[in-house]
Amino acid sequence: MRHLANWSILGLTLLFLIGPFVIIILAGTSAGNNLAFPPEGMSMKWYLKVFTIESFRTSFALSMALAVFGTLAALVMGIPAAYALNRYDLPGAETVRTIVAAPIIVPGIIIGLALLRYMVVPLDVTVTMALFMAHTALVLPYAVRVVSSSMQNLRVDMEEAAVLLGCSRMQAFTKVVLPNIRSGVLAAFILGFVTSFNQVPVSLFLSGPGVRTLPIDMLAYMEITFDPSIAALSALLAFMSLAIVFIAERLLGFSKYV
Amino acid sequence: MSDAFVELKNLTLSYDNSVAVPALDLAINEGELITLLGPSGCGKTTTMRAIAGLLSPTSGIIHIDGRDVTRVPANKRGIGLVFQSYALFPHLNAFENVAFGLRLQKLPDADIRSRTAEGLETVGLAGFDKRRPSEMSGGQQQRLALARSLVMRPKVLLLDEPLSNLDARLRLEMRTELQRVQKETGVTMVFVTHDQAEALALADRIVLMKAGRIEQLGTPAELYSRPRTAFAADFMGFENIFHTSGDTLVSSFGRLPVGYTAPSALLAWRPDAVTVGTGPHTGTITASSFAGGHREYVLQTPLGPLRADAPIAVAQVPIGQQISFDLPHQNARALAE
Ligand SMILES: Nc1ncnc2c1ncn2[C@@H]1O[C@H](COP(=O)(O)OP(=O)(O)OP(=O)(O)O)[C@@H](O)[C@H]1O
Ligand SMILES: [Mg+2]
Repeated sequence: MRHLANWSILGLTLLFLIGPFVIIILAGTSAGNNLAFPPEGMSMKWYLKVFTIESFRTSFALSMALAVFGTLAALVMGIPAAYALNRYDLPGAETVRTIVAAPIIVPGIIIGLALLRYMVVPLDVTVTMALFMAHTALVLPYAVRVVSSSMQNLRVDMEEAAVLLGCSRMQAFTKVVLPNIRSGVLAAFILGFVTSFNQVPVSLFLSGPGVRTLPIDMLAYMEITFDPSIAALSALLAFMSLAIVFIAERLLGFSKYV
Repeated sequence: MSDAFVELKNLTLSYDNSVAVPALDLAINEGELITLLGPSGCGKTTTMRAIAGLLSPTSGIIHIDGRDVTRVPANKRGIGLVFQSYALFPHLNAFENVAFGLRLQKLPDADIRSRTAEGLETVGLAGFDKRRPSEMSGGQQQRLALARSLVMRPKVLLLDEPLSNLDARLRLEMRTELQRVQKETGVTMVFVTHDQAEALALADRIVLMKAGRIEQLGTPAELYSRPRTAFAADFMGFENIFHTSGDTLVSSFGRLPVGYTAPSALLAWRPDAVTVGTGPHTGTITASSFAGGHREYVLQTPLGPLRADAPIAVAQVPIGQQISFDLPHQNARALAE
């Protein structure tokens, strides 16, 4: 009896988690012209059409660039921050940790609005710059947290040994610390990339005329056209995320950092 | 100017306003093997870190090889340190661990290769080049850490309890190994331990520390047979230490008249200096264990528990029985308060 209950709960959970994904994949294979489930006939035409839509191509490139460079920028700031938080008994370290965790807790809508009202409007930065800064800021907490946890079991005396062998403090960092947190940095990069790429609420506020990230572009597209290409694109993006996470898990045992 | 190779003058070391080592003076000769001996927390590691330059002194001066290095940064002092945890680089193989410092000096590749190979050879790790530290045993890792410091040809090599993680057999082996390397290379060594036997076995001279101060400094023979204070005597295996008052021994448990006038305020006996089986006093045996060449007894006496070693020739007495004993004054070590 207990057994049956367990299995049905598991089954329902999986249905809720994977069901929508399956529906999206199938909806994209429709031969008809409307987004519908079950699909009207089978064809791959919507999957192919996605690649011909110009605005998707530009917004995909923008999202890609934001995810890559935003995450890199977040790592450039996040790695030293994680190091300092781990190594030194800094005054206000607790405050920094809280601030760094805030974007994980605070809803994206609020962050987007705040950035728009207090940064983009008064400073008059370009839309692309605003998006870049926002994505960097969003990824930063993940970078700090993931890199931090990979630094946790890195002993100080390794750096001291390097110094006694002739390293400057900086060399000790690049030659001893960095190589030993490499997999943590990679994990942070992947997590940051996926977070940034799938980001909707913040980008929603900051997107401007002609400059949209892919998820925002998809929303806009759906308001006008209701064809299965949206489902096809969603499925493709989900596969991309899955592939990245799968490769990361294989290479690094990614799940232990998250 | 003295001719000591390493000289600590009036060295005060502290952490966040709490003084760990107050006003230490110590002179170490070139090529000497010194051990720093003392209980946990007495400042051994702190002193080593100051010599290495990892901790800047609150006050005082450090001279090495005739030069004031007090303000010289750690990476410019030419001092090797073998950490208790070894602190090997997990991402590099044995060869690269040893070559690490040589590469920083930008030596020609051929030199790096030959000196690294020679270093691994010296510590008996030839052929281990490609192993990661995680693929080596504790003893091998320790030797790797030693090789990594030795190839730099340091002026002074500091070793912080490097043998404490090893089993008894390996410790003995490494001890001999260290002595051999030291005689071969002539490097000045400071070796930290809180194991009395290790200090006695290795050292040219022992520095016995207590709460950041030097309690006694001398050769192993001196410390072993002529400890000056109760603390030193206790560390050197004088397990029975009593106060005296005229011709009576006094402890917190009680008094025992011994029939001779004590020459000092404190008298100490090693367990093997206590006579059992004969003597004017009696005690009750509370513990007895066989220790190879002798038998170790604990007696309940008017002075409290007394540790005594009986030669195997003396017939075994069961626990609970009375036995006569003596604390002969000619076997006692007179101590300062
Ligand atoms: N980082 C630190 N911050 C504050 N106090 C410290 C620090 N390191 C050591 N101490 C204190 O300084 C004193 C000396 O410590 P030290 O590490 O030199 O002892 P030790 O003789 O090496 O002991 P052990 O045999 O346990 O290694 C101790 O009282 C210790 O509590
Ligand atoms: Mg120590």
